[in-house]
Formats: sequence, C-alpha cells, structure tokens
Amino acid sequence: MFDDLRDLYQDIILDHGRKPRHGARLAAFDATAKGDNPMCGDRVQVFLRHGDDGLIAEAGFEARGCAISVASADLMAEVIAGRSDAESRDLAGRFREMARTGAASGGDAAIERLKPLAGVHEYPSRVKCATLPWHALLAALDGKGDSSSE
Amino acid sequence: MTLAEIRAQFPILSETVRGKPLVFLDSAASAQKPRVVIDAMVHAMEHQYANVHRGLHWMSERTTDAYEATRDSIARLLNANSREEIVFTNNSTGAINLVAHSYGRGVLKPGQAVLISAMEHHSNIVPWQMLRDSHGIELRVAPITDAGELDMAAFEALLADGKVGLVAITHMSNVLGTYTPAGRIAALAHEYGAKVLFDGSQAIVHRKIDVQALDADFYVFTGHKLYGPTGIGVLWARRELLEQMPPFLGGGDMIASVSFERSTWAEVPHKFEAGTPAILETIGLNAAIGFMESVGYDAIAAHEAALTDHALARLSTIEGLTVVGRAQDRGGVISFTMQGAHAHDVATLLDRQGIAVRAGQHCAEPLMRRLGLDSTARASFGIYTTQDEIDLLAGTLLRVREFFA
Repeated sequence: MFDDLRDLYQDIILDHGRKPRHGARLAAFDATAKGDNPMCGDRVQVFLRHGDDGLIAEAGFEARGCAISVASADLMAEVIAGRSDAESRDLAGRFREMARTGAASGGDAAIERLKPLAGVHEYPSRVKCATLPWHALLAALDGKGDSSSE
Repeated sequence: MTLAEIRAQFPILSETVRGKPLVFLDSAASAQKPRVVIDAMVHAMEHQYANVHRGLHWMSERTTDAYEATRDSIARLLNANSREEIVFTNNSTGAINLVAHSYGRGVLKPGQAVLISAMEHHSNIVPWQMLRDSHGIELRVAPITDAGELDMAAFEALLADGKVGLVAITHMSNVLGTYTPAGRIAALAHEYGAKVLFDGSQAIVHRKIDVQALDADFYVFTGHKLYGPTGIGVLWARRELLEQMPPFLGGGDMIASVSFERSTWAEVPHKFEAGTPAILETIGLNAAIGFMESVGYDAIAAHEAALTDHALARLSTIEGLTVVGRAQDRGGVISFTMQGAHAHDVATLLDRQGIAVRAGQHCAEPLMRRLGLDSTARASFGIYTTQDEIDLLAGTLLRVREFFA
C-alpha cells in the first residue's frame, strides 16, 4: 500500500527513527543547542563533546519528533563524530542543500551515509523535519564556549 | 439534499491526489467551496463589480446592494437583533483582535481580567496577552478536565472575585471537538458582571447559532471554514457594546467627517470597517450561507453527529490508537495519536492514499502542553464527508500501524 513511500521511508530511516543509536544526552558535553519547530511540535537538543585535538569526539541528542527528524539527528550524530567544526558546518550546508533539492554534492562517505534522507525533497512540508537537527548543530557550534556539563 | 447531491456541489471533490480520489478530512482548517460560492464571486467580477459605499453610479450601487445583503443574511443566520450588529472583519482572528483592541482598551479598565480557557486556539490567546501587556489587564485561564471539557467549577471560581470583565472562550475546540456549554458560560459570566465572547469558528460550521438564545455579547466566526472564501470574517456584538467601543482601524469608510483637526466616526457597524472591504469575498460568503440554509442546520448537525459516532467507533478498534479528548458533547473534529508512529509520519502516509488530515499542534500549543502531547493527527469532517471516507481512513490507519510496527 505504501510501496511508493519507500523513497522517503527507507529501511535505514525507519530503523534509526525507531531505535536511534545516539539518542541520549551526553554525560559530559561542551556545546549544546535546541532546535524547535513550534508549528509542528518537533523538538531536538544536540550535545557535542570535543576532544583535546579539537575535533568532535562525540555527539548525542534528545528529540521528540517524527521518524524523519529522529533518523536525521541520529545519522548526523554518527557522521560528525571525529570531524572538525568546519567540516561539520560544511556537511550541514550540503545536507540542507540535499534535503531541499535531492542532489548531494561532494560524494564523500559522510554525505553518502546521509543520502537515504534525500527523498525528503519531494515532500516540501517534511524538509524541515530533516533539517531541524542540523540547525541545532549549527547553533551549538556557534554557541561553543558557553558550555555546560553534567 | 442527499449527500451525493451535496458532494456534487463541490467541484474539488472530483479531483484526484497522487492518483487517488481526494479524501478531504481537513475541513476544520479550511473547508472546500461549493459551486454557488465560486459562481457568485465570478459573477460579481464579470458582471457586477465596483467599489462599495462611495460610487454614485449604477455599478457601485448594485455592488453595494450585493455586499450589504450579506449583512442581512448573517443577521438572520445568527438571529441578531439588527443588521447593524454585524461587523465584517477579515477572519475570526481579526474579529477577536478588534474586540481586544476596542473593547479591551476602550472599555475594560486596568486591573480587570479577561478569562479564557485552556483549550483556546492561539487566536483567542495572543490578542489577550497583548492587551494584558499593554493595558494592565490580568489574563486568567480556566482549566479543562482530563476528558477535555471546561472545568465549570474552576471556571466559576475564577469569576468569583468580580474582576473579570470579559470571558472569551471557544464554542467548539479545534483540537478536541468539544462543544462548550455556551448558555451556562454566558449565564455564569453575566452573574458575575462579565461580558462573554464566543469563538464560533468551528461551532457555526455544524450547529445553528442563536446569539440571543445563548445570551452572548460577542460572537465571532470566519467565512472560509463555513464553505465561504478566505478573507472575510464576522464579529457580531450587541449594539450597545459596539456603540461604546472606539474604532479599531482608522481610514476611509469608517468616518463621518474628516478635517486635519479632528474626525468623527461613522455609525456602527461602519465605524469598524475602515478601507475598501473584501467585497468579492463578502458576496461569496452570502452564497455560502445560502447553501448552508438550503441544506438546513438540522440535517447538517445530524450528519455531523452520525459521522462522529461512526468515526469514534471505527477508530476505537485500532490498537495503539488513542483519541484525544472524550467530551460528552463533541463534534466532527477528532485528534488522535498512534503508538510508535509520529503524527507527521501518519499524515504523510495518509496523504499518499489521497487522505488529507492535519498533524501538529493545531495552533493550540498550550492545550497540547496540558495534554502532555507534542503533536496529534486530526481528522475533521464537513458537510460533504462520507462514512466510506471514514472507513477508508480507519483501514489506512491499520496499514500505517503495520508500516511502523
């Protein structure tokens, strides 16, 4: 019945939407930001911990949202681990472009990993579901410094 | 009119969406338009259009007649005391803002309170917050029960100190489908010296509204939910209240005379209708009202009640699906959640089958918080909704549940 929805809800999205691997607040973090979509009620908070080398050592999130937004947050947390802030920002820009147009630029492993989310571009009302965690990531990177940990 | 005959009046219902017949279950957001509304607006543009209230020529006079005839129709529809009690606005939001501005700043005094409920649409929250912040009015919120009904004991307690000058409350929740007991609300408000405004945006779609029988002071609704065009809404208020209230927007059409030293205001209702109005939309609304009256409110209300019963029965058989709110007196707006599936995902899957529902917070964020929910999916019914469409919804929801299982 929903076969033609498989472009949007690929197995990897259903899987990560249902059982996110990084869907928890980090025990220690040095950057965080919330993303909020008051129109639809989606909410995500992203947590980052940087290592001594300045790279993102670990990312996690807490989210209340749809399968698309949770899967997007989870895959994001996976691919930014081990990357610099600049690389993560670049990836965020390319992800948002892909969510809007369906086309991914770069061809690197990270964007390939995120490609199952490209189908969202055919559903204009759902694009913001996929991009919300990335907006929160950028806000967390911008606010880096006023960090907290617990 | 049979249901098939009613449906035949709505051209859009023969459209297909993604290759499937359109199943439009989002009428509470905005309803579809019958042929008579479309024709009335096209006819005006093709044959009978000029600005109103100002031309001394034939076209303007005829257009003014058609435009003002809508005021007569609405006065009849609401059983208003006179046609001068009908003020045209752009929608319900515009009407509530007019009352908040003119009655709120012009008549209510700092220190008085406005009492709303926990199940209001943002349009009946934010204007009062703005009044609170600019005019020193207290904003009180009457709680609802877990069933989604107004807590009448708490409501009365909030009136008890006599400070409430205005009660502003929905007549039917756009999330829960709850009808509020408007007659009792008005009686209690008056007992404690408050005026009462009802947001009838949803209620007037399904039930005959008699503002005198309700003993209301203000009643607002919007045209586009009542099978009419967007851009035209209505404020009804008792004439003596309108007389008391200063104008809202200033400009042409709302004045008696203007000089650079001072201006004087037109009589009600024109005092509140600045600028060239939504002429075509007002003419379209008249056609919508005529259509509603030709079907008849008895038949409309019976149809809604039967659909609501049928839908609640069908949805209750779906495991993991929870209908939000279980008010005794409820109508054809049904919000639900589904275990394991977010409302947006539910809506996207339904959309793939041509079924249009709304998902999200429904412009009622505080209510969603009260319910402990981030979002719901909402199916809402119109005059053209069929039991077959509800069966299709229920059947598709079973498949949605499997998809996310």
